[in-house]
Amino acid sequence: MAVRRVRFTFPEALIKEPLIYNLGREFSVITNVRMADVDEKTGWVVLELDGDPAEIDRSLAWAQSKGVRIDPISGDVLEG
Amino acid sequence: MSFATNLRCRECHREYPLAATHVCEYCFGPVEVTYDYDGIRKNTSRESISRGPASLWRYADFLPVERESAIDIGAGFTPLVRAKNLGKALGLNNLYIKNDTVNPTWSFKDRVVAVAASRARELGFEKLACASTGNLANSVSAHAAAGGVEAVVFIPHDLEVGKVLGSSIYAPTLVKVRGNYDAVNRLCAELAGSYPWAFVNVNVRPYYAEGSKTLGFEVAEQLGWRAPDHCVVPIASGSLFVKIRKGFQELAKVGLIDAPKTRMSGAQATGCSPVAVAFAEGSMNFRPQRPNTIAKSLAIGNPADGYYSLVQLQETGGSCGMVEDPEIVAGIKLLAETEGIFGETAGGVTVATLKQLATQGKIDPDEVTVAFITGAGFKTVEAVADFLEPPLEIDASVESFESAYHALGAAGLPASMPRTAAGVS
Repeated sequence: MAVRRVRFTFPEALIKEPLIYNLGREFSVITNVRMADVDEKTGWVVLELDGDPAEIDRSLAWAQSKGVRIDPISGDVLEG
Repeated sequence: MSFATNLRCRECHREYPLAATHVCEYCFGPVEVTYDYDGIRKNTSRESISRGPASLWRYADFLPVERESAIDIGAGFTPLVRAKNLGKALGLNNLYIKNDTVNPTWSFKDRVVAVAASRARELGFEKLACASTGNLANSVSAHAAAGGVEAVVFIPHDLEVGKVLGSSIYAPTLVKVRGNYDAVNRLCAELAGSYPWAFVNVNVRPYYAEGSKTLGFEVAEQLGWRAPDHCVVPIASGSLFVKIRKGFQELAKVGLIDAPKTRMSGAQATGCSPVAVAFAEGSMNFRPQRPNTIAKSLAIGNPADGYYSLVQLQETGGSCGMVEDPEIVAGIKLLAETEGIFGETAGGVTVATLKQLATQGKIDPDEVTVAFITGAGFKTVEAVADFLEPPLEIDASVESFESAYHALGAAGLPASMPRTAAGVS
């Protein structure tokens, strides 16, 4: 089991979808919203995902396929 | 001696020991180093600093590393050039260039890596790692070599040959990652979480970031112990932008300069401008971008210090410019042709922004303005190669030279020019 922290950024088209709820139903991953800022146009959520590492990977790939941008919470690590 | 005391969360102010930690466990805010400023005040004077080495280690009292642990390859204490010609071209009467192209691996990254590598070695790490598009990789490789630690450096697979060579000469383990920018970023973030290495801009980031303060210290010292009125700084992660001001503030805190009133302005390329866009929209929430610009050393779409950059822009009454790729090329050329300084693309962004802000009246012509040129142009020659005049190619004869030279049309030969070489009769 592992805990991964990520930042989801939602495009406008996904704002109304219960995406985090669905992620928790589709995959054996416990989701914990730690920080968030969502308005009618865009939104971000800092999420803790608790579960088997491979299952977390699958859940993130699924979220990404839905159009969510996923970043490490500390910003980009690739620097100039 | 080092006067560093703790790491402290910038958001909730929880404190942590001086370990390899970069985010607060409670609120995920970034942590930064705190110091015993009374101790620094008692121990440090303008004279003691001026007696120090001609490198950033002259400010060791303000850094989170013991002086004797420093890996010193000569980073820092670079020239502050009075840029009269560029100033004239832009209508700025008190313009200075902080020329950080002359660092040991030709970019300001030597400042941050000097501190991160030294602290990592103090903390007992045997491997230094980073993910980089060039400058950081070069500097980590060099400092690891000098410090006798191993380096593992991750780079995008399509990096230019010069940048690859600039790292591989120091013999790190160089890893080319096949994938786009996001894929490289995600992989390296994952590795940073699972390998017990010092990733310079991840788990030892609080120490790394402190290296940027030295630019502020130097500028103040070189201006005769005063903060400038206005700074124009390129923004990538935003750390440099924020820490230069911290440098001024710390000098004031220990009584070495008066309280700074410096306006801090940022510079980004339009193709990677999360901070500039948010600033233009009046928002404190930036939206991450997928970078697409020739200024690769600034191509950070999800900047760790983006929010703090926006706070600083607002607090200091600064501006944030964004410039297109052709303006970046023109900026590189303008700096070279007026001041004899060949900056990389980030330098082009800074000069183009300087021009943009000057044109818009956002820089007072008489204020003391410092523009930061953070890397050397030889790292990004491909950005300008197609936009330069080709050399004249001639036969080895005076006739051939004159024919080619006259054909330029601009400046003819003086009528009295002798046909034989000067001094030969």
